[in-house]
Amino acid sequence: MIGRLRNTDLAAVALTLLLAWLVVYPILVVGADAADGTAVRAFVTRPGEWAALWASVWISLVSVILAAAIGIPLAFLFEWFDFPGRKTLGALIALPVVLPPLVGVIAFLFLYGESGFIARAIQAALHLQNAPWRLQGAVAILLVHAYSMYVYFYLFTRAGLAKLDVSMLEAAQALGADRRATLWRVIVPLLRPSLVGAAMLTFMTALGSFSAPYIFGGGFRVMTTQIVATKLNGDLPLAMVETVALALVAVLGLVILRRTEGDDILVALGKGIAPRPRPIRRASVRRLTTALGWGFAVLLLLPHLTLLLVSLVPYGAWTTEILPPVLNFENYRRLFSEAERLRPMVNSLWMAAVSTAIAVALALGAGWLVVRRRVAWRRVIEGLLALPWALPGTVFAIALAITFSVHAPLQLRFVLVGTAVILPLAYLVRALPLTGRGILASYRQLDPSLEEAAASLGAGRWRTLARVTLPQLRPGLAAGASLAFVAALGDIVASIVLYTYETRPVSIEILSSLRLSETGVAAAFGVVLMLVSAIVLGVGARR
Amino acid sequence: MTGFLETQAIEKRWGHGVTVGPITLDIASGEILALLGPSGSGKTTMLRLLAGFETADGGRIAVAGEDVTTVPPARRRFGMVFQHYALFPHLDVGENVGFGLQGRGKGDEGRAKQQISEALALVDLAGFERRKVHELSGGQQQRVALARALAPEPRVLLLDEPLSNLDPALRERTRRELRDVIKRVGITSVFVTHEQDEAFDLGDRIAVLNNGRLEQTGAPDDLYEHPANLFVATFVGRANVFRGAAARALGSAAGNGVLVVRPERLRFADAGLPGIVRERRYTGVAAFFLVEGDDHQRFEVLAEPDAAQVGQRVYVEATRVIAL
Repeated sequence: MIGRLRNTDLAAVALTLLLAWLVVYPILVVGADAADGTAVRAFVTRPGEWAALWASVWISLVSVILAAAIGIPLAFLFEWFDFPGRKTLGALIALPVVLPPLVGVIAFLFLYGESGFIARAIQAALHLQNAPWRLQGAVAILLVHAYSMYVYFYLFTRAGLAKLDVSMLEAAQALGADRRATLWRVIVPLLRPSLVGAAMLTFMTALGSFSAPYIFGGGFRVMTTQIVATKLNGDLPLAMVETVALALVAVLGLVILRRTEGDDILVALGKGIAPRPRPIRRASVRRLTTALGWGFAVLLLLPHLTLLLVSLVPYGAWTTEILPPVLNFENYRRLFSEAERLRPMVNSLWMAAVSTAIAVALALGAGWLVVRRRVAWRRVIEGLLALPWALPGTVFAIALAITFSVHAPLQLRFVLVGTAVILPLAYLVRALPLTGRGILASYRQLDPSLEEAAASLGAGRWRTLARVTLPQLRPGLAAGASLAFVAALGDIVASIVLYTYETRPVSIEILSSLRLSETGVAAAFGVVLMLVSAIVLGVGARR
Repeated sequence: MTGFLETQAIEKRWGHGVTVGPITLDIASGEILALLGPSGSGKTTMLRLLAGFETADGGRIAVAGEDVTTVPPARRRFGMVFQHYALFPHLDVGENVGFGLQGRGKGDEGRAKQQISEALALVDLAGFERRKVHELSGGQQQRVALARALAPEPRVLLLDEPLSNLDPALRERTRRELRDVIKRVGITSVFVTHEQDEAFDLGDRIAVLNNGRLEQTGAPDDLYEHPANLFVATFVGRANVFRGAAARALGSAAGNGVLVVRPERLRFADAGLPGIVRERRYTGVAAFFLVEGDDHQRFEVLAEPDAAQVGQRVYVEATRVIAL
């Protein structure tokens, strides 16, 4: 028995060290290397650096405000009012959150960009010489952010509203509060944890956002694009200082937002019945609401439909017309018949699969140690699993690039950059919070007596795992794994720093297709990514 | 030791100085033993020690002469019915019951199928193999849990508060059915309960636990009529405790001992312990009279419904006392 206890501790130590090596050590290496006088001086004295850092901060803050302005009213609309098509639309408009950001960005480009549908249509209608606008700079980035990140506010607010206790609203009314007072004195305070949660997620996503500033930024730099540019210029010491600066901003943002989160007690009290959606009585208002709901849904799904359309336009067939003159499957044929085009697809699939599988295995081990064995430093293990979420992807990309480009086995540093190992490793780091959260949550809900029942019926450890534990963990495991897989499949942040020609993933291929003006192929890649993601997530969400 | 299932000074030390045991029990083959005690008395720990889910810090457990103290649960061959049944929600009734029959190597599929249907028939659920567990009522789930525990033919059956999840009306009937099934199988059983009725009705013998210690072991009548100490006397059944003058008035020999008298062993008389009836609780067959003695101590008398009235001055005498 004492031997078994020791095994548990040994496993806990091994897992903790492995996780620390993956998620903390590279950051520490960068932090130590960044303490370089010249690089720090360069960073401090160059106005461009401060501008980029400040741009990151204000773009993220404005993104939060815009996303809230769209997402919160939308959530109230769909949660509180009943109109035709409410359920279907309500699910559809949550879609952008699960699709790879890069796909959304290029879809946006094809629709609203200077040579996109809208611009062409206006140009033709007004007989303009040039495109009516250039979609570039901060405004373009904010548009894309608002468009893709309102979903966080929408989902969190809906979840918060669904948890409200209708009797609490009735109590407020019985105490003489009118609608406005009920909203401000009861509903908003109760929603606060949800809103802060959404704000945190939006802030972190916007801060780490890479695709939108990379494609739409032009001369406007935020920290993520600045870091990658510096790295490409070969100024590694400066890139490290920039990375540390971005990481510090992220941590600071998280700490400040955490402060405003408030108590969980507010939520814990609400155990009643959620308010039912109200049918709208006045016909005019109902028509307006319905139109609004549908209008929003179409607006939000339009970019993805555009992507589909563009993917059907063969190379060079569409020049000045408003609508493409030829539509066929040429791009898809090229995608699957040309070995050089198929390769990124295969690369992305296997790298995503491997990183997800390892992330699931590590999360399972962590779940067992943290929830079942309740090892002494379980908080540390949980923290290590969650850490990669708290820092922008670019930070980890640079950290891994620095740490694993040196051969120093005694420092646990190996040359992995340039090999097929580094990208799956980077994806794995980003996948840990996703699989970790899903599996730990499921593990906590799992009644320990189920495993004991299996043991009392003669099942050994492995049979219990296979026949009882895993089937019971399946919902959380599948959800976490599918999110991790899709994130890896569409990743660009880590890929652009760490890829080699041999291991280039789909996102890189999309970028190079765009650069070669092969928009059709890029769109076809985007559609394939979108489809695979949707299928994987659909399977993952199945009960 | 002569029992089939024995524990010898078994002990579990939790942190904060909380200790269960040392407890020595001796359970005969085919006997049903109830572990009775208030919450926190260590009865569940005791059951989990027997099952092997907790490892003992001292003492030993033996079944049929074989020391199983360090044998892990999976190889102990003890069946267990869990408080919330712990039925596998992703498996149907047949798969649940058959769970313990697989992985043993020998015995073909047909044999397992046979055993499953026999186990289900035993608990009166013949033909329920393909049902989903969440479609079953609480009582049916309890019986599936029993069938699942019995199917692999374990050496000992352990039950953790097996009836606590049923509504009171169902509980009493299920109690008898449960006892019938266990007796028909003839399996040595240990079950945990905090309800005296359940322990009396279901158990052949009862072990009373308090604060991690074994207070007394015995047949129901034994515990009721001859409690070893004040805790057992007051925990098992209703009891009035008299001291000093009141005890002497009821005929305590020594004079300063503690006297325990069951309410049904007190009756109104022309002389004896004086008091005033403060409350009357009518139960149908009889009534409980709450009497306040001259020393302001209150006690209960079980008597005919019209034996006294509230406010009436009465004298009480004892027909049988337990001196401790």
